[in-house]
Amino acid sequence: MLIDWFTVGAQALNFLILVWLLKRFLYRPIIDAVDAREKLIAKERADADAIKTTAEAERDALQKKNAAFDRQRADLLDQATKEAAAERQRLLDDAAKAADAVAAKRQTLLRQEATSLDQDVTDRARAEVFAIAGKVLKDLAGASLEERVGDIFIRQLQGLGDASRSAIAGALKTASGPALVRSSFEMPETQQEAIQDAIDKIVPAKVPLRFETAPALIGGIEFTMAGQKLAWNIADYLSTLQTGVEDLIAAKDRQASGPDQPSESRTDQTTDHKIQSR
Amino acid sequence: MRLSPDQLILWQHGFVKLNGTIAFTWALMLVLTVGSVLITRRLSTGMIRSRWQNLLEIVVTGIVGQIGEVGLRRPRVYVGFLGTLFLFVALSALGTVIPGFEPPTGSLSTTAALALCVFVAVPFYGIEEQGLGGYLKTYIELTVIMLPFNIISEVSRTLALAVRLFGNMMSGAMILAILLTITPFVFPIAMSVLGLLTGMVQAYIFSILAAVYIASATRARAPKAKPKTGTPPPTAA
Repeated sequence: MLIDWFTVGAQALNFLILVWLLKRFLYRPIIDAVDAREKLIAKERADADAIKTTAEAERDALQKKNAAFDRQRADLLDQATKEAAAERQRLLDDAAKAADAVAAKRQTLLRQEATSLDQDVTDRARAEVFAIAGKVLKDLAGASLEERVGDIFIRQLQGLGDASRSAIAGALKTASGPALVRSSFEMPETQQEAIQDAIDKIVPAKVPLRFETAPALIGGIEFTMAGQKLAWNIADYLSTLQTGVEDLIAAKDRQASGPDQPSESRTDQTTDHKIQSR
Repeated sequence: MRLSPDQLILWQHGFVKLNGTIAFTWALMLVLTVGSVLITRRLSTGMIRSRWQNLLEIVVTGIVGQIGEVGLRRPRVYVGFLGTLFLFVALSALGTVIPGFEPPTGSLSTTAALALCVFVAVPFYGIEEQGLGGYLKTYIELTVIMLPFNIISEVSRTLALAVRLFGNMMSGAMILAILLTITPFVFPIAMSVLGLLTGMVQAYIFSILAAVYIASATRARAPKAKPKTGTPPPTAA
């Protein structure tokens, strides 16, 4: 008989005991360990996911911050560019103003220089004209001219008014020394006598005369005594002409520095002053 | 010549006796239990674990996976019974490489005991899952006429389980013993390897068939939990 029923029962019991033993010592511990490990892995994965989420959030935040930084940088750059452009424009304006000022100053200086040069030329021309005129007249001053000058002087003496005559007479009376007669040329005897006669006719008393030569008088004669002076010479004419010319130039300069050029008024005033003082 | 280790009587007192089948079974139980205790004494729940723990984890999770694939909804409930069936049968076959060891599954008494356990476990789990009425209803499903056929099927498949395992294990051991007397050198080694393979296949078939029977008894309440692999006929292999 292949089946022994006692053995069957014993084996069934053995098998059930083995089931219990393995459940207790094998399956449960192993399954628990596997579950614990799976939980651990799940937890690590959850942690990793959380870290990943955090990292992504931080990355997004960083990207946003970067974008904001870029925008800010662009704004700052734009602002700086605008400020630089404005500063450049301001500097250009300042430079243009300075250049204008320098140009204006230079123009003023040029004008002043031109005016001064003009003035110098005018003065020089005037001085030359008068010098030439004086020299010509001095060269022309010959015997006939000197005679003519003497005649004119005598005629003047003779044509004096009563007031002048009395003034001269009064002066001659009070004079202690001889009266002085200066001429630009050596006066001949005849002419000296004619002058003496003419004076004698004006003043009853005998008035001694002293004759001197003064080339600066340019063809003229000058009678001086006790503070009274009677003269005729070409230098006086020239002096009068020079005064007239200077007055004319001064009037022209005043007219040139009109009210529409206020920036040059000071210079013009200075010029006027120079001319007048001169 | 002994056809079964039952015939190896170590001790007897009347009806009670200690034969080779029981003794080898105890030896297997001792190895399995002590080995489990030793390995699971210091289990690691971290990523680094010993190779023995790795082996047991592979075995246990493999069994759980197979049970799940058969169609049982809660594989961890059945792993104690079905896993022990597999391990016991497989270790019996593996033990044949040890000289002097006779597999207890080579005894019809052992295979009958295991088949009887399955025979009891099927209605036990069926009733636990569906209730008594629900389980009994499966016998008259489609029509009442099916009742006797279902009962015959229940009995015959239990008998088939017992005889199939016994025949395979006993024949393997017998062939090995006969060949050892005829050609004592290389050929028995090849047959021994074949015997190991046959033993593994039988362990797999036995536990899978038991799982299928239990699944068919518990499936009524879980119509969605169909097995991925087709349900083999009860008399397969």
